[in-house]
Amino acid sequence: MVWVNAIVQGMLLGGLYALFAAGLSLMFGVMRFVNLAHGDFIVTAAYLMLALVGMLNVHWAFAILLVPAVLGAAGYFNQRILLNRVLGGDLLPPVLVTFGLSIIIQNALLEVFSADSQRLNAGWLDTASFQLGGGIAIGALPLMMFLAAVAVIGGLQFIFYKTALGRMLRATSDDPAMVPLMGGNNGHVFAIATLLASVVVGIAGIFLAVKTNFDPAAGPARLLFAFEAVIIGGLGSLWGTLIGGVILGVAQTLGAQIDAGYQILAGHLVFLAILVARPRGLLPKM
Amino acid sequence: MTTLTASSARNAKPINFVLRLALGLAVLALAVAPMWAGRAELRLMMEVLSYLALAQMWNLLAGYSGLISVGQQAYVGLGGYLFFALAMFAGVPVLAALPLAAVVTALIALPSGWVAFRLQGAYFAIGTWVIAEVFRLTAAQVGALGGGSGISLPVALAQSIAESRDGRETVMYYLAFVIGIASVAMVWGLLRSKWGLALTAIRDSEPAAEAVGVATRRVKFLIYIVTAMFTGLTGAFIFLQKLRITPDAAFSVNDWTAFVIFIVVIGGLGTIEGPIVGVIVFFALREIAADWGTWYLIMMGAIAIAVMLVDKRGIWGALRTRYGLSILPVGFVLDITPPARKD
Repeated sequence: MVWVNAIVQGMLLGGLYALFAAGLSLMFGVMRFVNLAHGDFIVTAAYLMLALVGMLNVHWAFAILLVPAVLGAAGYFNQRILLNRVLGGDLLPPVLVTFGLSIIIQNALLEVFSADSQRLNAGWLDTASFQLGGGIAIGALPLMMFLAAVAVIGGLQFIFYKTALGRMLRATSDDPAMVPLMGGNNGHVFAIATLLASVVVGIAGIFLAVKTNFDPAAGPARLLFAFEAVIIGGLGSLWGTLIGGVILGVAQTLGAQIDAGYQILAGHLVFLAILVARPRGLLPKM
Repeated sequence: MTTLTASSARNAKPINFVLRLALGLAVLALAVAPMWAGRAELRLMMEVLSYLALAQMWNLLAGYSGLISVGQQAYVGLGGYLFFALAMFAGVPVLAALPLAAVVTALIALPSGWVAFRLQGAYFAIGTWVIAEVFRLTAAQVGALGGGSGISLPVALAQSIAESRDGRETVMYYLAFVIGIASVAMVWGLLRSKWGLALTAIRDSEPAAEAVGVATRRVKFLIYIVTAMFTGLTGAFIFLQKLRITPDAAFSVNDWTAFVIFIVVIGGLGTIEGPIVGVIVFFALREIAADWGTWYLIMMGAIAIAVMLVDKRGIWGALRTRYGLSILPVGFVLDITPPARKD
C-alpha cells in the first residue's frame, strides 16, 4: 500500500512539475528559446509571494493575483528590452544571457533574503486532506496543485488553438520570417509569449512557496525538473508536458520510498532512460 | 589580387612580434616561477593555470564545435573522485593516478556523451547539466568515498610526492604549469591539423561544413571526449592540490562551469588567445572585488550579458579584427588587398 500511496503522491507532485515546465515548453514552442534562468524566475515568484503575504501582510487573494501579474509584466519587458536582442541565428548569446541572468537573480535574492531556507505558512491548508481509505490520503494542497496544472495547460491549449492571439503565436512559431510580412510584429509576439509563460511561472512560484522549503539557490534544480518534464513529454506538446511532469513526480516519490537519498537521482535516471529509449519524448509534436 | 595565403600578412605585423615576444617571456617567467615567487603567488598561479586549462577546453567545445555545455563540472568532479579512488584504494602512485584518472574519465564520457548527444542546442546544454547532477548525487551515495560529507587524501599519500614541503610545492607547481601550457599547445596543435580545419569549418557554418564532407557529428563527439579527458586531468590535479573532495565542491556548477564560461566569453570565444586574456581579466577582477561577495558575482553575470549585447566576440575577438592581431596563428586568411604600387 505504501507503493500505491507513493504513486498517488507522485502524480500530484507531477502537477507542480508540469506547472514549472509549462512556461519553458511555451517559450520553446514559440521562439525555439530556452531560458536557463527559468527556475530562478520561479524562485523569485516564490520570494515575492513570501514577501507580500509573510512580511507585508497583504491579503492572500490579492497576492495570488498580484504575483502572476508582476511576473507577467516583468517577463514582457525582459523579452522586449533584453532577450529579443539576442534571439535568432546564433545559439550561444541567448544561452549565455539567461545563464548570466540566473547568476544575477540568485545572488540578488541572496543579498535581500539571506541564504536561509524559507517556506510560506498556508495555515489550515497545510494539513487539510481527504481520506481515500486503505491508508491513502490526498492533501488538499497537492490536489489544488494538480488541478491548477490541468487548468493552466487547458487554458494555454485554448489560447493556442482557439483564439486570434494563439493563431499569431502559432504563425510566429511556424515561420518567424513570414509574420512581419503579414503585418505582425515578432518582437511583440515573442514578448506576449514570454508574458504568458511568466504568468505561469508566477502561479508555479506561489505553489512552490507553500509546498516546499526554498532558498536563493533553489532555481537550477527547478529548471532541471521543468526541462525533464518537457523532454519526457515531447517538445512542443503541452499535454505531453503534463504527462512528463507526472512521470517525473512518480519516479521521484518511488525513489524516495526506496531511500530518501534516491529521490532526485531516481527522477534524473528515469529521464535519461526515456531520453535513450525515446529521444523525441512520449508525445512528440515536432 | 585575391590570394589564399597562410596568414603571413598578419604575422608580419610588428605588433604581433611584440605580442609573441611578450607571450614567450611570460611562459619563460612561469617556467622559472619557483625561483622568484613566494608560496602565496605560486598557489595563485596554480589556480590561474588550472582555470586556463578548463577555459581552453570549454572554448574548444563551445567556440569551435558549437557544443554549449553547462555540465563540464561533471568531468572536473569525476577526475577528482577517480583520482582519490585510484590513489587511496587501488594503490596507484599519486603521479600515475593523475593521467589514469583522466583516461577513466574519458571512458565514462563515452556513454554519457552518447546520451547527451541525443539533445541539440540549448537542450544539449541542460542535458549535460542533468548528467553532472547524476554524478554528484551518485558520488554522495558512495559510502567508501565519504558520501555527502566527502573525504580527505591521507597525509602519507600527499607526502609521497616529495619529502619536504617546498619540494611538494615545486612538484605541484610544475604539474599545474604542464597542464596549463599543454592545454594551449594541444588546442593550437589540434587546430593546425586537419581536425582543426574541420573544426573551424564547423565553427563558421555547420551546414556548410557538412556539405563539403566534414563528418560533423563524429568530429564533435571526438572533441567532446578529448575535452572530457583533459578536464578530468585538470580536476584530478585541482583536488590533489585541495587534498579534500566533497560532492558539492567537485561538481559545483559555479566554480567549474560558470566562471569558466565567463573567462572564455569575456576573453573571446573561438580564439586560442581569448581564454588567455579572459583568465587574466578574471583573476584581476577577483583580486580587486572578491570581498564584495554577492555583488562580485552579480557584476560578473552583468559583464557576461554586456559582452553578448555590445560585442559578442569578446575582448580578444574585437581587438584581433580591429588591429589584425594574431599571437598563435592557426588559420589561412583570404588576402584581398591590392598589391602596393611602386611609385
